[in-house]
Amino acid sequence: MSGIGTGYDLYPTTFSPDGRIFQVEYAHKAVENSSTAIGLCCKDGVVFGVEKIILSKMLVEGTNRRVFSVGEHIGIATAGLTADGRRIVQNARQEAKNYENFTSDIIPIHVLTERLSIYVQVFTLYNYIRPFGCSLMIGSYDEEKGPSLYCIEPDSVALGFYGCAIGKGKQEAKTEISKLKLSEMTCKDAVKEIAKILIKTVHDETKEKEMELEMSWICKETKGKHKLVPKKLIEEAVEWVKGQENEED
Amino acid sequence: MFDLEKEFLYDLNKEVKTGTTVMAVTFKDGVIIAADSRTSSGSYAVNRVTDKLTPVHDQIYCLRSGSAADTQIISSYVSYYTNMFSIEEGSQPTVKKAAHMFREFLYQNKQYLHAAIICAGWDPIDGGSVYSLPLGGSIVKQPFATGGSGSTYLYGYCDMNFKENMTEEEAEKFVTYGITEAIARDGGSGGIVRKAIIDKNGVRRKTVYGNKLKKFWEK
Repeated sequence: MSGIGTGYDLYPTTFSPDGRIFQVEYAHKAVENSSTAIGLCCKDGVVFGVEKIILSKMLVEGTNRRVFSVGEHIGIATAGLTADGRRIVQNARQEAKNYENFTSDIIPIHVLTERLSIYVQVFTLYNYIRPFGCSLMIGSYDEEKGPSLYCIEPDSVALGFYGCAIGKGKQEAKTEISKLKLSEMTCKDAVKEIAKILIKTVHDETKEKEMELEMSWICKETKGKHKLVPKKLIEEAVEWVKGQENEED
Repeated sequence: MFDLEKEFLYDLNKEVKTGTTVMAVTFKDGVIIAADSRTSSGSYAVNRVTDKLTPVHDQIYCLRSGSAADTQIISSYVSYYTNMFSIEEGSQPTVKKAAHMFREFLYQNKQYLHAAIICAGWDPIDGGSVYSLPLGGSIVKQPFATGGSGSTYLYGYCDMNFKENMTEEEAEKFVTYGITEAIARDGGSGGIVRKAIIDKNGVRRKTVYGNKLKKFWEK
């Protein structure tokens, strides 16, 4: 079967004649197959939202987590192969703990991002270990520095964002995000906006099964700690989105 | 009977220790650190002009007492890590961070080490800070700290004369007289008094030579 990279795409140790590493690009495809995750930097914090497709009615709610805490002050949202995401989060937790033990200070988010980026890059060098098939959004909030959001892709590029989306619907989500005035938005508003983008824009009710919203935030209200958004707020946001739909009709 | 080898030459094979007096005190604008200058091997002064004020970072110094080898190697490790972290993070390291790194090394290797450190300096977040790290690897933040064999003669002096928020002159007098007194009383301390004043503008080093040391009660 011939495809785009035939012959040059067996191992990450081979460049193609036009300078691409196909295995890493295929890893990106794994991310694009997964459901969408969004991260927004607001006035007073960072909010994550993940569209979780409910695979079976037998699954307990809240299972199959896609957002994780690293230390108390950093949150990570994943898209792509969840198991790969969990592996990187384990590494992140180790880094954060070692840093804290050694220096008695909590790890700054840009230091953690840098180290995770280096870690992910290592797996793009050898032919006996495969690249990670997941993207991560890393967020934190600090009283002095304000909110920070970074995104690491399978090729280990880590960029800072005001608003970011990863996964299947990232293009549509990014378009919607660019319409928002993030610097004036509070986290509570962001919860509603993210719910709206995930439910209306990204999720296709006809094609896919039901979805569950998993949202978390690090903000002034949580005193800089990464917590899941309270269920009540998520339910209110979903109600609000439904109300919006009715208005438009 | 006096056995030359046993009594005298044996001393020369002893480990080099800094029988020492070191002091660090916080004042209004920062910290002042001071030390004597004697490194002894038994009763032989290996170095009578030692510099025990060791820089760890631009505005963080450490005062070393105990085994000279142990303290030198640990302070170069901590200096390496503080430099690495400050480049990685893009900001000046706090004295707290450096002091806690010292603690990690001292505690985790306590079986092998004979080292006590005072870590003092200035950073924009906490201002002037002094951390005392005694032999076992514990860490205590204090307004002032003393260390070394000569420090035993200074407990009374410090308790009586220390005040919070001293001016630079008062604080300089405080440490200079302290080291002078310890040099007079402690056999393991001697030589000159080396000082460093660390505040937001950086580090200023000063020395008081032997003949300029004030003479307290002496016949």
